[in-house]
Amino acid sequence: MTTYQEFIQQNEDRDGVRFSWNLWPSSRLEATRLVVPVSCLFTPLKERPDLPPVQYEPVLCSRANCKAVLNPLCQVDFRAKVWACNFCFQRNPFPPSYAGISEVNQPAELMPQFSTIEYIVQRGPQTPLIFLYVVDTCLEEEDLQALKGSLQMSLSLLPPNALVGLITFGRMVQVHELSCEGIAKSYVFRGTKDLTSKQIQVVPWLPRMPLHRAGRREATRHPSLFLQPIHRVDMNLTDLLGELQRDPWPVPQGKRPLRSTGVALSVAVGLLEGTFPNTGARVMLFVGGPPTQGPGMVVGDELKIPIRSWHDIQKDNARHLKKATKFYEALGNRSAANGHSIDIYACALDQTGLLEMKCLSNLTGGHIVMGDSFNTSLFTQTFQGVFSKDHNGDFRMAFGGVLEIKTSRELKVCGAIGPCVSLNSKGPYVSENEMGIGGTNQWKMCSLTPSSTLGIYLEVVNQHNAPIPQGGRGAIQFVTQYQHSNTQKRIRVTTITRNWADAQSQIQHIESSFDQEAAAVLMARLGVFRAESEEGPDVLRWLDRQLIRLCQKFGQYNKEDPTSFRLSESLSLYPQFMFHLRRSPFLQVFNNSPDESSYYRHHFTRQDLTQSLIMIQPILYSYSFHGPPEVSLAPPTHPYRVCFVLQTIAQWQKAGYQEMPEYQNFKQLLKAPQDDANDILETRFPMPRYINTEHGGSQARFLLSKVNPSQTHNNLYAWGQESGAPILTDDVSLQVFMDHLKKLAVSSSA
Amino acid sequence: MNVNQHTPMAPPYGQPQPSYGQPGYGQPTYAPLDSGYPAPYTPHNGPASAYHPGIPPQGYSSFTSFPSKAMAANPISDPSSPLDLGPARGPPTSGPTPVQAASQYNQHSSGDMQNGPPPATQAPPRPPASLQYNPGGVNMSAQQPSFPQHYGPPPTMHQVTNQMTGMHISSGPPTPAGPGYAPPPSSQPPTSHYSAPPQPSYSQSHPPASSAPSQLPPSSAPAGSQQYYPSSAPPSQQPISSLPPTSQQRFVSPGQPQHTFPPSSTSYAGPAPPPTQPASTPVTQTQPPFLPHQPPFSSAPGGQPPAFTTGPPPPAQGSFPPQAPPPSSQPGSFPPPSSVSSGQYPSSMPPPQQPPQSQPPTYHPGPPPPQAQMPPTSIGQSNHQPPGPQGPPSPTGPLQQPPLQQGMQTGYPPQHNGAFGQPRSPQPGYGGPYQGQPNYGAPAPTPQAQKRLDPDAIPSPIQVIEDDKAKTTEPFTTGVRGQAPPLVTTNFQVKDQGNASPRFVRCTAYNMPCTADMAKQSQVPLAAVIKPLAILPPDETPPYLVDHGEGGPIRCNRCKAYMCPYMQFIEGGRRFQCSFCSCVTEVPPHYFQHLDHTGRRVDCYDRPELSLGSYEFLATVDYCKNNKIPQPPAYIFLIDVSYNAVKSGLVSIICQELKSLLDHLPRENPEMDSVIRVGFVTYNKVLHFYNVKSSLAQPQMLVVSDVSDMFVPLLDGFLVNVNESRQVIESLLDQIPEMFADTRETETVFGPVIQAGLEALKAADCAGKLFVFHTSLPIAEAPGKLKNREDKKLIGTDKEKSLFQPQAGFYNNLAKECVTQGCCVDLFLFPNQYVDVATLGVVPVSTGGSIYKYTYFQAESDQERFLNDLRRDVQKPVGFDAVMRVRTSTGIRATDFFGSFFMNNTTDVELAGLDCDKAITVEFKHDDKLSEETGALMQCAVLYTSCSGQRRLRIHNMAVNCCSQLADLYRNCETDTIINFLSKYAFRGVLNNPTKAVRDTLVNQCAQILACYRKNCASPSSAGQLILPECMKLLPVYLNCVLKSDVLLPGADVSLDDRAYLRQLISCMDVAETHVFFYPRLLPLVKLESGALPVAVRDSEERLSKGGVYLLETGLHLFLWVGASVQQELLLNIFGTPSFGQIDSSMTSLPVLENPISQRLREIIDSFRAQRSRYMKLILVKQEDRAELMFKHFLVEDKSASGGASYVDFLCHMHKEIRQLLS
Repeated sequence: MTTYQEFIQQNEDRDGVRFSWNLWPSSRLEATRLVVPVSCLFTPLKERPDLPPVQYEPVLCSRANCKAVLNPLCQVDFRAKVWACNFCFQRNPFPPSYAGISEVNQPAELMPQFSTIEYIVQRGPQTPLIFLYVVDTCLEEEDLQALKGSLQMSLSLLPPNALVGLITFGRMVQVHELSCEGIAKSYVFRGTKDLTSKQIQVVPWLPRMPLHRAGRREATRHPSLFLQPIHRVDMNLTDLLGELQRDPWPVPQGKRPLRSTGVALSVAVGLLEGTFPNTGARVMLFVGGPPTQGPGMVVGDELKIPIRSWHDIQKDNARHLKKATKFYEALGNRSAANGHSIDIYACALDQTGLLEMKCLSNLTGGHIVMGDSFNTSLFTQTFQGVFSKDHNGDFRMAFGGVLEIKTSRELKVCGAIGPCVSLNSKGPYVSENEMGIGGTNQWKMCSLTPSSTLGIYLEVVNQHNAPIPQGGRGAIQFVTQYQHSNTQKRIRVTTITRNWADAQSQIQHIESSFDQEAAAVLMARLGVFRAESEEGPDVLRWLDRQLIRLCQKFGQYNKEDPTSFRLSESLSLYPQFMFHLRRSPFLQVFNNSPDESSYYRHHFTRQDLTQSLIMIQPILYSYSFHGPPEVSLAPPTHPYRVCFVLQTIAQWQKAGYQEMPEYQNFKQLLKAPQDDANDILETRFPMPRYINTEHGGSQARFLLSKVNPSQTHNNLYAWGQESGAPILTDDVSLQVFMDHLKKLAVSSSA
Repeated sequence: MNVNQHTPMAPPYGQPQPSYGQPGYGQPTYAPLDSGYPAPYTPHNGPASAYHPGIPPQGYSSFTSFPSKAMAANPISDPSSPLDLGPARGPPTSGPTPVQAASQYNQHSSGDMQNGPPPATQAPPRPPASLQYNPGGVNMSAQQPSFPQHYGPPPTMHQVTNQMTGMHISSGPPTPAGPGYAPPPSSQPPTSHYSAPPQPSYSQSHPPASSAPSQLPPSSAPAGSQQYYPSSAPPSQQPISSLPPTSQQRFVSPGQPQHTFPPSSTSYAGPAPPPTQPASTPVTQTQPPFLPHQPPFSSAPGGQPPAFTTGPPPPAQGSFPPQAPPPSSQPGSFPPPSSVSSGQYPSSMPPPQQPPQSQPPTYHPGPPPPQAQMPPTSIGQSNHQPPGPQGPPSPTGPLQQPPLQQGMQTGYPPQHNGAFGQPRSPQPGYGGPYQGQPNYGAPAPTPQAQKRLDPDAIPSPIQVIEDDKAKTTEPFTTGVRGQAPPLVTTNFQVKDQGNASPRFVRCTAYNMPCTADMAKQSQVPLAAVIKPLAILPPDETPPYLVDHGEGGPIRCNRCKAYMCPYMQFIEGGRRFQCSFCSCVTEVPPHYFQHLDHTGRRVDCYDRPELSLGSYEFLATVDYCKNNKIPQPPAYIFLIDVSYNAVKSGLVSIICQELKSLLDHLPRENPEMDSVIRVGFVTYNKVLHFYNVKSSLAQPQMLVVSDVSDMFVPLLDGFLVNVNESRQVIESLLDQIPEMFADTRETETVFGPVIQAGLEALKAADCAGKLFVFHTSLPIAEAPGKLKNREDKKLIGTDKEKSLFQPQAGFYNNLAKECVTQGCCVDLFLFPNQYVDVATLGVVPVSTGGSIYKYTYFQAESDQERFLNDLRRDVQKPVGFDAVMRVRTSTGIRATDFFGSFFMNNTTDVELAGLDCDKAITVEFKHDDKLSEETGALMQCAVLYTSCSGQRRLRIHNMAVNCCSQLADLYRNCETDTIINFLSKYAFRGVLNNPTKAVRDTLVNQCAQILACYRKNCASPSSAGQLILPECMKLLPVYLNCVLKSDVLLPGADVSLDDRAYLRQLISCMDVAETHVFFYPRLLPLVKLESGALPVAVRDSEERLSKGGVYLLETGLHLFLWVGASVQQELLLNIFGTPSFGQIDSSMTSLPVLENPISQRLREIIDSFRAQRSRYMKLILVKQEDRAELMFKHFLVEDKSASGGASYVDFLCHMHKEIRQLLS
């Protein structure tokens, strides 16, 4: 172990974990004084080509409320064939199959290099993956054709045994029966009707199910009429997609097409709920516009009434917002409870209601993709990216993940932020203090990708007067159960440990163990999480205060002398991250539509650290255009062009454009010296919105506003937002920001 | 009673009449009667016979009904009569009638309380007699009361006879009297009487006649005389058999005349009587009793001829009485009666022939006798007595005893009679009947016979029908105002000369009373039955289409009446005055034409709207909904594919049929393809829509499972042109049965199904028709879900009406929506259990649709019927989105409407669909005085969209006369139409009133109608006489059929659904359909080789011959009844099997055999089916088979299993009612 940097990197590579602090303050009081909480970014399914899964069941601690998994940190008595749980100190005998265990013959889970280990377990029947396409037919003919093409193409990417289903919607919602021959059959629902799940169950989703009692297993054995193995209905479905027509109902002038997205989703969720509960499934929603009728309606069909803007929302002028949000949240929760994820592919020039619908994906771990049209390579490529495969030829997706966290008794779990829902598992590890989605130590992630990352927030509960013995270590075990894309049930166990440190005597050590990148992202997640429920300025104010306090705590300065302010290397970049975070679309809604904000936030809270950083500070990478990567600000001399292009590149990166031949030059450009970044980029699944940014026009507003806030367009979006900014506003440069920061940090009154 | 017919009765009596006459209406007779039952009877008989003679002449036409005459007429009949007895008067129609009548009487008397009653009535008067009777029919007591009533009627009958003469006059203006009188001649004494009395004063005449008869009776028995006069005395006598006689008399008198006529018909002659007898005996309870009596009679008849000729009649009567009392001494009695009857018969025989031909003359001379006989059958009388109510009880005491008791009971009635005139001829009448019975008597028990009226003596529908046919030789021209058209049963050609053809419009009265008071007094309903889109026979020109250009049809400025022949052009043709509201309107320049010297436009005959009663206008856009030219209509087929429907094979049948049927959608130009678009839906608990767009390779199915809020899931491709999408449609129709072949779904919805069709039409913005094929009560969770509420315990209670009301308001609202959209719903039901037709039918009934019901549908046996119905329903011409408005001239206005439609206000009849079979009955009320000069005008305008999408107006104009004399009113009524109105009125009434109240109302109204006539139009006569207006003489029999219908008087085996179904069905029937529905056509299958149809026989078991085969048609059912001892040859010819036992009673079509009989029979069946809007499945009924019960249900002159009165009983009852009113 050389430097913390290397240690951190090593840990991340092996365990997918990055802690804000790599030494933990030994008491609650000290921990709170560190401002940035003890927390980590955890990537449960981080790709580990070098980690072959073991084919047996994990050994669990026998204590009922512990059930920790045997791990390298456990003390083992090879002679007595007993091991002690490092979380609850329970002594457990090894199971009979471990009879041959000895110091020289240890199972993998006891070896230190297997702090992360994956088990393949045999639980329940293996169920094929399920893909349910929910397709908007109120599209322009071009778009529809393109979408049909993409969908047909995607069929070839699916594993042959995967179950597929098709729901189309416009004014009505049609669920297509795929098994019928001779006559194309579909069930139709009125787009304006809020169907209860009972009403949806009227449909014989499962024809002649023998016994309801037989339960879920039975259900899985009788494929629904509407979800058929792709190998059986490939032709049918291809034809069906080929014959798909635009919604036939006339759209009068001055009206939007009637689009029953809410009911369509409701039916999709109900369908899966009734047939394959607790089985990995993806609902893939393709929309070309906002829901205009029925439950979940975002805007009426009168074109003269525009879709809600931030301005409307702040004025409480968005009629449908609350109702629609509530509807989709309920839907998202239902879907999550059944382990089904929902993807949203929204391609339209205007908003499509992502603000209301985002929870569908946020709660279920689904993707959100936002584009201008289905008829772009952007969508096509992105959509293909969903079905990308890893080195084993498996999809980079997993289903029905449940993450459980166990901690040493000095720690408790406050919460998590990411694409997950709480399972409300109360236990000894759960803190009363909630941060993010708290009150539990188990979360469900209906869909996972290798890059899905949760922010986990912990709390040191050790009292100040109960010091931890020197050399004591705290441990955290992450147990992730999930359904692999090859339908195996797997459990990945990551057990990590960190040293405790006395903050009074070892503050320098603690400071040097600070992972400012992770901390920035973790704080950003907290900020974004708050922004969902609080007023933007309040969040900014909170962030500022946290930053100032951190600077006060760790900065070296003379009181009231800003110029004397210095930060150590391990914190030096942190304020800059915060500066960009403040200006990022994750917290600033200015110049962003509500949909866009939702979209950014959605992605921000699920990406791993590298991606998150790129998103916070795209300029960081933009600089690579001019030279070696460096963490610095864009030179003022190239304000427009540079920022402009760089911003675009950042966006394009997300789009995965670097993998397309025609953008080879960009790929070159993007070849940042950081290998990590490249790896991440390749596996990343982002979908940028503004591919034509360089053409200027309205799409350039983001860049312009960022580069030179003084020239901000006072367009109606986010008007009035600025005036409320308390301390610093967008119209300051980083320099100004830093000056202010220093001033405040050194101020004794702060 | 039989009114005009009665007159004939008189003739029959004629013979007896002498006696009657002598009796002075029986009082004398009664006295005698008192003395001894036999005597009374005899007297009665005697009188009756006497009457017969007298009556026959009168009655030809009308009187024919009089049994007495009939009786007399055919000795042969006697044999038949026995048969009749057995079979139950089936034969009556023709020759048999007399006999039957006789038998009926017998039956009635014996079996039925009636007979008893009569006696009873007598009994009261006569303690002793009564005593005797009493012993006999203890049970009868309850019934007896009724008898009295009956008796009551009988007396009237006598009068009737007298009246009959009068009647004749009235009815057959001239003829009646003549004929009636003529008949008398037939009967020797009577004839004279008749001749003399007839026209002058029947009553008087009768008396004389009666006197003669009475004399005769005296000989035989005083009773006879009594009877006649008895009416007065009778009471006393009545108790005994006299009462019956009285009734008989009455009947006789009236009936006889009629009978005479009928008798004239061969029917009397030989046919029925003999054969029937055997069968008859078993038939009805009442009959049995009769039989016993009858046998004697019959026997008597046999040798009687001589007796009849002279005294016999009286004796016969006498005999009757005797018989009754004597049961023991039947023989003795019989002879007399028999003789009497025989006398009648003989006479009748001749008369029949003559009467038909030239009634008047014949009657007088030769005919009389026969007629007389016919009348003699005075069956009428007997019938009267039978009045059934009592009759039933009598059955118990078939023997005399019953009669006696009845008599006792009747005693009360007698009293009534007494009031009216105890003597009332009832007794005599009865006597007559009995006499008649005697004839039958041979077969039937004597006692009953005594009391009964002779069925042949009462007005015979068959006779009336046949007479009308014979009378109608010229095409009917509509130009003469106030002229009643031929009956619906007559084939005739119509020439439109300014009034609408009777095929379009029929009125209850063609001579309306001028004032509301008159109308109220007469109680004759003023109504018109309008069938706006009726199809005319090929030899008549369909209404011309008139185009008045962009301005639209020329109309009156004020009342908006359309240009019609009644408009008066004035000022040289520059203006016209509306004849409805008198407003003067400018003639538009483009329509101007000069007038000729008579004030008519020169182009009068070039323009249909100026010269014809019916024509069409082309409507302009102003007449279209939303001022938009309508889209072509659409037909949507909605098919139940639940388990029941699939399993019964229904689904595949429908789909298979639709493939070819779709090529026959209605079109106006046969050369062109129909512009009607079609759509398909299947459903069980959910609905399946089909996209059959022509561009699709295969149909698409769209399932809507959310039925709570129905919608149409597709826009394009649901409604398609058949030719364009043929392949897809065929593919669909092939696949539907397969797709649901193994369905397990048993629950269905209904409301959403109609909603779906409605929404589809709305979406397509067109009118149209839904064809819903449905199997079960819709219990699946959905709007319009129903629960099973069939509760037989409610029947007969005040809550019964709720069973006819829809159980959910949902369908009313839905119907309203449908009408707004022009969505007509035709419902085909295939229930295996209760489906709540009352509720399911709401929408079809409100939208001008039809309901078809196939209970326990089985593919093999019901397929043919269903498919034929479906074909016709799909193909028949239909208009959509129709509004009908009836405008009338000042003084009357249309106040009420009956039919399948919806009304938002009080004037506009809205019909989502209006097909060629739908009739609307419109009731008119006075709101002012009418003038005799101008008459009353009505104009029915129907605005509709034709099947090609053209908006049109069909106009029917009708002018009728107005009268200030009630007699004129009664001369120009049409009973069939009145029945149509009354039945619709009553059937609607059950929605809000207990059925009993409805029945009472009906009876009451008819009694008032007849009483009014009796009081104001008939020549004065004894109160005991029943006098019926000639044109309403069938009112009682038809009304009785209405009262006995399943709706108003359900049997135990009639389901609530059936009743609701019938109720709704009848609401839109036209006159021809209601006629055959209420009085089925019963054809004896004899002489089939010839081209003409055999003459029908009356709907009574007595008329059925055990050795015959009969075809019965109700418009809904078609029965082929095979007698148990049918000739082998006939069996071979029809069924190809020599043995009765080998006939497969489940066959629904006859084997195709290469012999004239088989061919002809099949031709007849086919022609029957072609005449009706619904296909009639052939049901084979073997005598004494279980299925016979169902068949007997349609023998409407008999007592029904559900307690409905027999014709005779009812007539007596009606008479009693009338008398009560008169007193």
